Amino acid sequence: MTSMMPLVVEKAQVRRRGKVLIGPVNFTLQTSGLTVVMGPNGSGKTSLLRMLHGVVRLADGTVSWTCDKTSARAKQAFVFQNPIMLRRSVRDNLTFPLRILNVPRKTANAEAERWAARIGLEQALARSATVLSGGEKQKLALARALIREPEVLFLDEPCASLDGRATREIETLLLQARADGTRIIMATHDVGQARRLASEVLFILQGKLHEFSPAEVFFENAKTDAARAFLNGDIIE
Amino acid sequence: MSDILDGVMQGIWLLVTLDPELIEITLRSLRITVSALLIASAIALPLGALLAVRRFRFRRIVIAILNALMGLPPVVVGLCVYIILSRSGPLGVLGLLFTPSAMVIAQVIIIVPLVASIAHQSLRDLWSEYHDLLISMNTSQWQRITTLLWDGRRALLTASLAGFGRAIGEVGAIMVVGGNIDHATRVLTTAIALETGKGDFGLALGLGFVLIFMALSVNLAIHYLTRTEVEGRW
Repeated sequence: MTSMMPLVVEKAQVRRRGKVLIGPVNFTLQTSGLTVVMGPNGSGKTSLLRMLHGVVRLADGTVSWTCDKTSARAKQAFVFQNPIMLRRSVRDNLTFPLRILNVPRKTANAEAERWAARIGLEQALARSATVLSGGEKQKLALARALIREPEVLFLDEPCASLDGRATREIETLLLQARADGTRIIMATHDVGQARRLASEVLFILQGKLHEFSPAEVFFENAKTDAARAFLNGDIIE
Repeated sequence: MSDILDGVMQGIWLLVTLDPELIEITLRSLRITVSALLIASAIALPLGALLAVRRFRFRRIVIAILNALMGLPPVVVGLCVYIILSRSGPLGVLGLLFTPSAMVIAQVIIIVPLVASIAHQSLRDLWSEYHDLLISMNTSQWQRITTLLWDGRRALLTASLAGFGRAIGEVGAIMVVGGNIDHATRVLTTAIALETGKGDFGLALGLGFVLIFMALSVNLAIHYLTRTEVEGRW
């Protein structure tokens, strides 16, 4: 399924107005697993995900998939911290990613109904997406990202402002997607969520890669002081 | 004072009896302005969206110019269109001067900057909301523009209505290029100007009432048809 992996990042750097946001970082993401990017606020989690997704310009270095950039972009999806709802109905939000690929309306509608049922919004198909609750919006955003069956899915703190139940529903959907073969790369600073989901952890601090280990190693026996302090709930800067 | 009162009475009488001349002039006004509005919207709304979506070198200059052109003096626009369409002008062969087409052209020039500018202001806000999503989804420029135009349609309606308001009440340019010819290019505003000049306040006031009534009813009709403020904020 994930033919575009592994993802090789070499000396990649992102700068904005002369300030280094990320890097230089080197790492390789393998074909399988669920990568969690951890770090405190402002450490560069979002910038890192955007860089991998290919929506910010690299100042230096490379981010390379096994296929070319254009086809790689077409096989990715991104879920934002604050779900962006199109000012349309739930149905039209779900069909939008398919419609811009010129999928026939009928097929797109059928897919939308299937996904709405999966996220428990089948009763709300005709409602405006902008009046949904926070949890429903994020579920809709996730379904909208998954409806194209991306090979790689990026999530930027998808549960940052959600309560326990909504978080659990999102996590269930993520694990299902992972079982279906989607490669998931997500940022979170919720240690509990990282423990529940991660198979490997990228720990970043001030734009630098601090530690990249399998989840069990990271949570039991983190190599760096900063990572241990972070896991203990200490405030690190 | 009694002049004015007489005028008001006469105006109401013209309205109530559906004076044929009044109706002719009113319909011509409406036809010219609606044509101008449709053409102007077809140009200005995509232009507004393009300015919101696309970053190019002269973007800020273009926006500043559009904003400045909102205050374009209609008489000057009329003069320029007159010169271009006159017999000796570059488009003189078309023979458009003193026809309704010339009036439409002048009105299009007057309202395009206004509509484009208001459209751009509101679409810019919508774009900042949608930006990350549409970029992430790998949409083409055209798809971005159509998405903004569709999802921002309520705000664009306001932009178009502002254009309608300016065009229907405009007199300077259409007077110059249309010539206020009876049964050919006489519209509400030019007729009011003429009747006022002649001292026939009755007809002028009657025409004035019709003008205001029409502007209001077009706005209300669109407001009602599109169910603004009824379902959600868009």
